[in-house]
Amino acid sequence: AWASYMTNSPTLIVMIGLPARGKTYMSKKLTRYLNWIGVPTKVFNLGVYRREAVKSYKSYDFFRHDNKEAMEIRKRCALVALEDVKAYLLEECGQIAVRVLCTKESFICGVLNQGGVLHSLKCASLPPPQVFFVESVCDDPEVIAANILEVKVSSPDYPERHRENVMDDFLKRIECYKVTYQPLDPDAEDKDLSFIKVINVGQRFLVNRVQDYIQSKIVYYLMNIHVQPRTIYLCRHGESEYNLVGKIGGDSGLSPRGKQFSQALKKFIEEQEIVDLKVWTSQLKRTIQTAESLGVLYEQWKILNEIDAGVCEEMTYAEIEAKYPEEFAMRDQEKYLYRYPGGESYQDLVQRLEPVIMELERQGNVLVISHQAVMRCLLAYFLDKSADELPYLRCPLHTILKLTPVAYGCKVETITLNVEAVNTHRDKPTLNSSSQSPGRMRRSSFTPRASADTVKRPRHHSVGSKPLDLLGPFPSLE
Amino acid sequence: PPARELTQNPLQKTWEPYDNGLPAGHSAQRGVCMTNCPTLIVMVGLPARGKTYISKKLTRYLNWIGVPTKEFNVGQYRRDLVKKYKSFEFFLPDNEEGLKIRKQCALAALNDVRQYLSEENGHVAVFDATNTTRERRETIYKFGEENGYKTFFVESVCVDPEVIAANIVQVKLGSPDYVDCSNDEATEDFMKRIECYKNSYETLDETLDKDLSYIKIMDVGRSYLVNRVMDHIQSRIVYYLMNIHVTPRSIYLCRHGESELNLKGRIGGDPGLSVRGKEFAKSLALFINEQNIKDLKVWTSQMKRTIQTAEALGVPYEQWKVLNEIDAGVCEEMTYEEIQENYPLEFALRDQDKYRYRYPKGESYEDLVQRLEPVIMELERQENVLVICHQAVMRCLLAYFLDKPAEQLPYLKCPLHTVLKLTPVAYGCKVESIFLNVEAVNTHRDKPENVDISRPPEDALVTVPAHQ
Repeated sequence: AWASYMTNSPTLIVMIGLPARGKTYMSKKLTRYLNWIGVPTKVFNLGVYRREAVKSYKSYDFFRHDNKEAMEIRKRCALVALEDVKAYLLEECGQIAVRVLCTKESFICGVLNQGGVLHSLKCASLPPPQVFFVESVCDDPEVIAANILEVKVSSPDYPERHRENVMDDFLKRIECYKVTYQPLDPDAEDKDLSFIKVINVGQRFLVNRVQDYIQSKIVYYLMNIHVQPRTIYLCRHGESEYNLVGKIGGDSGLSPRGKQFSQALKKFIEEQEIVDLKVWTSQLKRTIQTAESLGVLYEQWKILNEIDAGVCEEMTYAEIEAKYPEEFAMRDQEKYLYRYPGGESYQDLVQRLEPVIMELERQGNVLVISHQAVMRCLLAYFLDKSADELPYLRCPLHTILKLTPVAYGCKVETITLNVEAVNTHRDKPTLNSSSQSPGRMRRSSFTPRASADTVKRPRHHSVGSKPLDLLGPFPSLE
Repeated sequence: PPARELTQNPLQKTWEPYDNGLPAGHSAQRGVCMTNCPTLIVMVGLPARGKTYISKKLTRYLNWIGVPTKEFNVGQYRRDLVKKYKSFEFFLPDNEEGLKIRKQCALAALNDVRQYLSEENGHVAVFDATNTTRERRETIYKFGEENGYKTFFVESVCVDPEVIAANIVQVKLGSPDYVDCSNDEATEDFMKRIECYKNSYETLDETLDKDLSYIKIMDVGRSYLVNRVMDHIQSRIVYYLMNIHVTPRSIYLCRHGESELNLKGRIGGDPGLSVRGKEFAKSLALFINEQNIKDLKVWTSQMKRTIQTAEALGVPYEQWKVLNEIDAGVCEEMTYEEIQENYPLEFALRDQDKYRYRYPKGESYEDLVQRLEPVIMELERQENVLVICHQAVMRCLLAYFLDKPAEQLPYLKCPLHTVLKLTPVAYGCKVESIFLNVEAVNTHRDKPENVDISRPPEDALVTVPAHQ
């Protein structure tokens, strides 16, 4: 993973805060982001451990600080969770473990009592984890009430309860925690800890002693996300001339049906009546032509350009298979990591698209008109799809995906705009035993495996210059 | 109405809509970030807290990523007005004359800010002064509002006497204010100057200033308080400020050793090192050893020639794809003579605006800068680093450290087999150029005199360096 070299030692992110402060929301979102950029991350939620230990939740009494029996159970859960964290970091080669907790006190308690989950991590060949705290502080009662309604009412703790009872019980639960809650104090006891304090859902942040690259990325990410309701629309350009003939890449214009789609898209957008919609395209003609039909301002991003297929640009799959059979086979074996000679891989694409994701997090309503591979990467981020699934996500032409954040995830609506188009999706073929390709992924180089000579990049005349005579002898200086 | 036709800009290869043959009020190009309305950054803090250091560095960074930015140092306005600095007494809170002049300077600076942002197409202005009272900040905020600017405060708070003393030595002793004083005299006077501000200093407060947008930097970056970040550019500024540090260190920039294609005068490709290139790699290993650098990180691109160079060092190194050489698209692996032969128009356009020119199916220097931004950010976070990269890439990185504008960037000299050692000092960067005594071809092509598209080939090729 491109970011993995930055994280030599594992990181333990500890979430802190009273209930209904968005800890689980932030930890799930952060985990999704880190996994997407290639840093293996996992969430360990104490509430889940507790629910397993105590099969049926009765009431907020469980959380009273003077309920000794309950405190024992909760402490034990914390220790079990820490063991799992250790296993994940050591054995599953995870790099970041995010622990969702409540009070700082119980975490320190867990570590001290354990007498060395961290200590035992030191003994293993793994360097001890960097600990980074993320505290969520909120005193706005409206925000808290909204959180409770959004995610607590549907929690397994409250299977059939009446909404008002849930609200009531949960508020009392919060009161139980308030008794012993000690917020992080950067001026006194906690001045040597590394942490970010998120105040009132991102209105204000206090950041202390960021130690390394990954903590700096986490801070940047948390400072850019928001919880305002909004919708993200993802779609591809209208069908292009190259799509029609099965050629990949290039910079062709829209086919007649593609132009029809653009018109249909315009109508669809108008019907949706979206407030302050931003429209983004790539810098390739086909997405721009699509946006032009909308008659609104749009922004062109070069980094939204389709994956660079290097020497395979503007070829059909049949041509690629014939000319570079080994490349073709390798791609089917490991589509996420495979890099076209002189081109890019899906993994490269994800790195390239990170600023788009960051800006999408900052924005409100956005329509992104992009390309198949690009859309797959963006979709994988929003729907938390792994690297294995990403290159095979279905993103057909003339189809819009409408994404709406909801609770801890994202609701997806698929809208087909009733304009026919070719299918450009290639499933992973079932491997036959004869296609044995060497396992090692070649990382760079322009030379494809099937070719003996260095292959020159495809040449196409540019604006104003005469075309190079592709059939004539190549001018040589030797 | 039917969709507008698109035409491809011949220089940048971007598609733009046009109406009746003229560019229409078209789509916006997202360079790196778009700023809808101008931003006024206001520095806050006692003297010797690094305000000017931060202003200059931030200005350099924003300009490099393509956001036109200018800093306005009120102290400079004061020095222009009051020709000779006498003593700290000028800054006493009851010095009527002094107060009058200082207010005059602040207003003059704000006037220039307004001209820069509203008339000269500036996007960001950095107002560098102490701005230590709430009243002064109110005035500036109102000024911003009246003119339609977003205001963002950057406060530097520091109580560590060692840091302050070090600052004074680094940048105050050499100030024009103290040109006739001994170091001791200067230091004593400056400490008294700081005292003048202390009594009236009102730091940004979580409650009183809760509606302002600001970042408060504490103890040179140990911790930060960030309030109400309003937009993309403020978020980028915050991220940058949170990643920079002042720990002394050195950055070494060099290119890969001479490659096989370098010898033939061909650009791009993914060739290996020539015999001399391999010699250079060995010399580089010796040089690095001699420098005795603490915890040196080594970075390369993902192209064979930089990796081969790093391999000779015998130390771990990181490969960054974003450090790959500029993509010359259809011109990859051609000589300049071949480019002139096959794409004379492209060749001329490139000479006309080398920074913005994008190779067909390739990149421009402008694209390269955007691609390299994460490298710069990580270089800021790191300490001692050796970056083994390529000619165009090295030019971009060098332009960032030496604050070179876009017009000069593509012509910076970055010869093969030469290491540039950059050491931050005062407000800038000291450069040492070390040639490692292994001969190599020259790959630097100066801008020819004739950049007209109808020029004869000899005029186009007159500055091409010799090759096999």
